[in-house]
Amino acid sequence: MSTMQNTDSSKKWLHVLALWAGAILMIVLLPLLLRSSFMLSMASEMGIMIIFALSYNMLLGQGGMLSFGHAVYFGMGGFIAMHALNFINAGVLFLPLEIVPLIGGLGGLFFGIIFGYVSTRRAGTPFALISLGIGELIAASSLMLPSFFGGEEGISGDRMAEITLTPFGFGQQIEVYYLIAFWMLVSIGLMYLLTQTPLGRMANAVRDNPERTPFVGYNTHIVRTIQLSLAAFFAGIAGGLFAINYEIVTSEIVGAIPSANVLMMTYIGGTGYFFGPILGAILITIMELMLANITHAWVLYYGLMFVAMILWAPGGLAGLIMMHKQLWQGRVLSGVLKAYAVIAGPVIILFLGCMTLIEINYHLSLSIKPEDPLHIFGIEFYAQSIWPWVISIVLSIGGLVLFQRSRRIVSRAWQTAGMQLKQKDSGS
Amino acid sequence: MIEFLVFSLLNSLLYGMLLFMLSSGLTLIFSMMGVLNFAHASFYMLGAYFAYQISVFVGFWPGLIIAPLLIGAIGALVERFGLRTVHKSGHVAELLFTVGLAFLIEEAVILIWGRNAADYRIPELLDSPLFTLWATDFSMYRGFMLLIAVIMFIGLYLVLTRTRIGLIIQAALTHPEGVSALGHNVPGVFMLVFGGGCALAGLAGVIGGNFFITDPGMARMLGPIVFVVVVVGGMGSLTGAFVASLLLGAIQTFAVGLEYSLTDLFMLFGVSLSFQEGILKDLFRIQIAHTGPILPYLFMVFMLIFRPKGLMGTRET
Repeated sequence: MSTMQNTDSSKKWLHVLALWAGAILMIVLLPLLLRSSFMLSMASEMGIMIIFALSYNMLLGQGGMLSFGHAVYFGMGGFIAMHALNFINAGVLFLPLEIVPLIGGLGGLFFGIIFGYVSTRRAGTPFALISLGIGELIAASSLMLPSFFGGEEGISGDRMAEITLTPFGFGQQIEVYYLIAFWMLVSIGLMYLLTQTPLGRMANAVRDNPERTPFVGYNTHIVRTIQLSLAAFFAGIAGGLFAINYEIVTSEIVGAIPSANVLMMTYIGGTGYFFGPILGAILITIMELMLANITHAWVLYYGLMFVAMILWAPGGLAGLIMMHKQLWQGRVLSGVLKAYAVIAGPVIILFLGCMTLIEINYHLSLSIKPEDPLHIFGIEFYAQSIWPWVISIVLSIGGLVLFQRSRRIVSRAWQTAGMQLKQKDSGS
Repeated sequence: MIEFLVFSLLNSLLYGMLLFMLSSGLTLIFSMMGVLNFAHASFYMLGAYFAYQISVFVGFWPGLIIAPLLIGAIGALVERFGLRTVHKSGHVAELLFTVGLAFLIEEAVILIWGRNAADYRIPELLDSPLFTLWATDFSMYRGFMLLIAVIMFIGLYLVLTRTRIGLIIQAALTHPEGVSALGHNVPGVFMLVFGGGCALAGLAGVIGGNFFITDPGMARMLGPIVFVVVVVGGMGSLTGAFVASLLLGAIQTFAVGLEYSLTDLFMLFGVSLSFQEGILKDLFRIQIAHTGPILPYLFMVFMLIFRPKGLMGTRET
């Protein structure tokens, strides 16, 4: 029995190791595939956002704390790292550039301990509100204290420092990319290991049942404070990398918008699994950089996606993937896939209708010359004529009706698949 | 000095009453359903935009009635088809749903009316001074806003204390489970209260939008302040929300007029300090007038830390 468990757990570790080796190989080789500098900047941004979103999930997913002010730690880390960078360049501080993100992390940790201690006495709505209040406080005072936050224009610095540990000079984006990739891997590894420690487990306990946790001898307030401080540490590292990557930090990054962004990113990725926020960060960064070039309306699509996830898929992308993985392992996925093929038509019709409607409206209200023609999938038309309106409204309503009908097919397919899974379980 | 005092008092009363129009609905929803509605200020914004659109077609006065009713209907629909769906996923999901909704409403407003401020004007009839004191005008529109706010206050009081549904709402404020156990249709009451609260926020938007500004940022400006009112006032207490609204109105209005800084404070004790640079120089230069935006949040954070029940709350948030 015990040998079987041993082989099981060693198998699991082999699996994890293989996953890590694959990830590292992919990250190292990725720049060879991404020839354009745009892609490289996107990959750098993605790395920063992955750390930020994972650190947010230490609060929301693992600790059950809904924070509306996580950008405070990201931003403070960024500002402190930027000041450190400027001190290094002025010759006051002797540190290699590679360590600067860690300074940002320590800055985040410092504020995390202070704000964490005062805000985590209770979770739930009080915590959410205190985090919102602290976020607004820092955002408002960032304009009042220009010597630290740099006022309207922010603080800029030069990342090509004298002292480095590596032969890199950090003049090129690819060198910054590898720096970000290094800190990302270290942070992901540490955050994953943290979930396996007693602290990680107690954070889950505090999330699930704060009344009973004291009975096993843990102080919920202290557990939450430590969890938040560590999350703030990793957010600070992300902020430090942000400072190095962009060489400028403005007071906007401590504000409400990045706080809301990391919340939405993490939720869309899925808070229930460790890898969820990684998916969310990758997807949203791609959307932000790609869609923003194509349409004014990308923020609306982003918001619609967030609300759709809350309504229909509270587990996020990771939850969806794991649901299907279970069916796939039980070999009952085909029925569900057939139902998806049926519902795909209505979804596409509905999406096309709504998208055209949104694009026409944005064209009318926001573009410089609404009289100009509009292009969607290579079709040229004018927003002033009535036909695009009629067609898109008909598509939307028709798609919605068909969607509601075929939804039943999907839920029935899920029920059958679940039953089949149960039968197989009891049969084996 | 007396002039400053009298007009600041009048303005803070006005601002406070407007805040109460928003916070009364929010506190009712929050106390009954346990959901802090992040989209509440978005309904205020929608009220202003609807009234603007109606005023373009038929003038200001019909909008005063139609816009709040429309907003109330939208609010009831949001409760019925949105919040009730996510209710099974727990409080965090409900809270996040309202956050997403606020996000979507803001984008939808930009989508329809554009990013610039709408040209929503005060009706000409009310565009003259009501009275003049020490050469400062008090406009007729301010008087009108006060009147509407007072009518709303009395109406809300009568509904809550004199009608059957009001009594059920009051009972549900403090003992939601108990009311449900007595066989009242609590989901129906929730829908009604949610719609009603949104309609009040919409009304505040109708009369506030043309007084301040009607632009897509107005919800984000006011939203957090309304939370502060609800938290400071205390859960389950309309009186608390009223007191907190007036208090915050006063704090913000008076702070704007006071141009003292820490340097002046030390001067008072005969200590003259001056810093050449750094954080201390910034800190000593800040005037009370500039701290207006952060005072409410400071107030809220300290309240939550030291007295989570709020001023007059009956239970913890």
